[in-house]
Amino acid sequence: MNGVSREILAPTPNPETAAFWSAAGEGRLALRYCRSCGRHHHYPRAICPLCMSDATEWRAAAGGGRIHAWSVMRRAPVPYAVAYVELDEGPLMLTNIVNCDLDALRIGQRVTLAFQRFEGGALPVFEPAPEQAAEGADRS
Amino acid sequence: MSIRGRAYVAGIYEHPTRKAPEKSLAQLHAESARGALLDAGLTFADVDGYFCAGDAPGALQMVEYLGLKLRHLDSTEAGGASYLLHVGHAAQAIAAGKCSVALITLAGRPRSEGVATGTTPRIYNLASPDVQFEAPFGATVVNLYAMSAMRHMHEYGTTGEQLAWIKVAASHHAQHNPNAMLRDVVTVEDVVGSPVIADPLHRLDCCVISDGGGAIVVVDPAIARSLKRPLVKVIGAAEAVKHSWGGDVALTWSAAAISGPAAFAEAGVKPSDIKYASIYDSFTITTLIQIEDLGFCAKGEGGRFVSDGNLISGVGRLPFNTDGGGLCNNHPANRGGLTKAIEAVRQLRGEAHPAVQVRNCDLAIANGIGGSALGNRHASATLILERE
Repeated sequence: MNGVSREILAPTPNPETAAFWSAAGEGRLALRYCRSCGRHHHYPRAICPLCMSDATEWRAAAGGGRIHAWSVMRRAPVPYAVAYVELDEGPLMLTNIVNCDLDALRIGQRVTLAFQRFEGGALPVFEPAPEQAAEGADRS
Repeated sequence: MSIRGRAYVAGIYEHPTRKAPEKSLAQLHAESARGALLDAGLTFADVDGYFCAGDAPGALQMVEYLGLKLRHLDSTEAGGASYLLHVGHAAQAIAAGKCSVALITLAGRPRSEGVATGTTPRIYNLASPDVQFEAPFGATVVNLYAMSAMRHMHEYGTTGEQLAWIKVAASHHAQHNPNAMLRDVVTVEDVVGSPVIADPLHRLDCCVISDGGGAIVVVDPAIARSLKRPLVKVIGAAEAVKHSWGGDVALTWSAAAISGPAAFAEAGVKPSDIKYASIYDSFTITTLIQIEDLGFCAKGEGGRFVSDGNLISGVGRLPFNTDGGGLCNNHPANRGGLTKAIEAVRQLRGEAHPAVQVRNCDLAIANGIGGSALGNRHASATLILERE
């Protein structure tokens, strides 16, 4: 674990996604939810890619998930972990795992929402859940 | 309507350069086009259909540069799979009477331009809806593919040593290719002992970065028979796209699971009939997953299938990438699809290097994967070719 963070390539929001990034800046993960089919999707879209309905809206994620796959980028000035996290709401989200031992990540590990700030905003990322040790890390 | 037997590959050319700072991009396309047309015994004046993808400086620009007079144009962009997909599209256009001599070109100079191909986010278009949900997190080609490898290992017990066999086989073939970037034979220990780039992929699990190019000429049956070249017939071609399905991400299978069976059905053959396979090899895991998806073994069995030299020509059951592939020979423009078709045609003609030529090679497959990675948007193009 270290306190050095990698250089973040800032996102370029557009009218469809501005609310996602402003929510992230305020410490929330905004997921797109479809009132028609009752499912969340990610990345967020105005038209539901699962059922074509336009009855979509933002809903705040509860903030829990589980690592579906991870990889530590070793060939970088500051090594970092990318991951697909399976959100408790359903979708898998491409993100980072931070505040962790990069050599101790495991598929199935419980993670919790965190934010990594950059100039002008924040990225929704994840860190090992505090109850992880008690929960049985081998589940996946 | 099927394209089975409606078109032939008459000309191929792989540009010999692997580093070309002294040449322009259009020039590399043109030298490749000229090489393939000379191979076929045709000229620019014979071409009436042209196919290129995102590596070209523009489709209309290339048509003008080459001085072509066309009645069919196709600039379908599907990453490294584009050129195999173009062969299928060319066969469709020829079958429909829209053209009779189709030229497909590829070229690029990532090595001269110092592109950090796999290890930094590559952004082609800021308006692309995916970019802001991937690049800020440091998603790159290599760590996205690495997550497919990680998940495959988790689900099926695949090991780094098994993946390494894919590179080992490619290196056995590359030693005979004077143009290959990496000609040294490597061992499983060399691969797993090379530096980790993105867990669990090592440096030697990754393809080369090379300048270069290539071209393919596809013609109608009457023209094919008038040329003094071996007859290599297109008998099956299919394409498919797989993506992240709004978050229902699947990392351990590719669009080849869809394009493969469709191409086999069109060709009327099965995986066990195949004598030689060109399989896209941006990373070792890319090849392993396609081998499963194309039906050469069951899902999850790929690690065992590729082990112990099973992909080495003259040794194993499925000789693959006998030019050394992208892992050792060439990955021009960061796109390995076109060279996959070229080596398949060489094998069917009996023009592969004698040390790697498959005996009685009358049926070959070439598969390409292009786009982002296996869990998100990518295309697979499958081509089945037969020597007549």
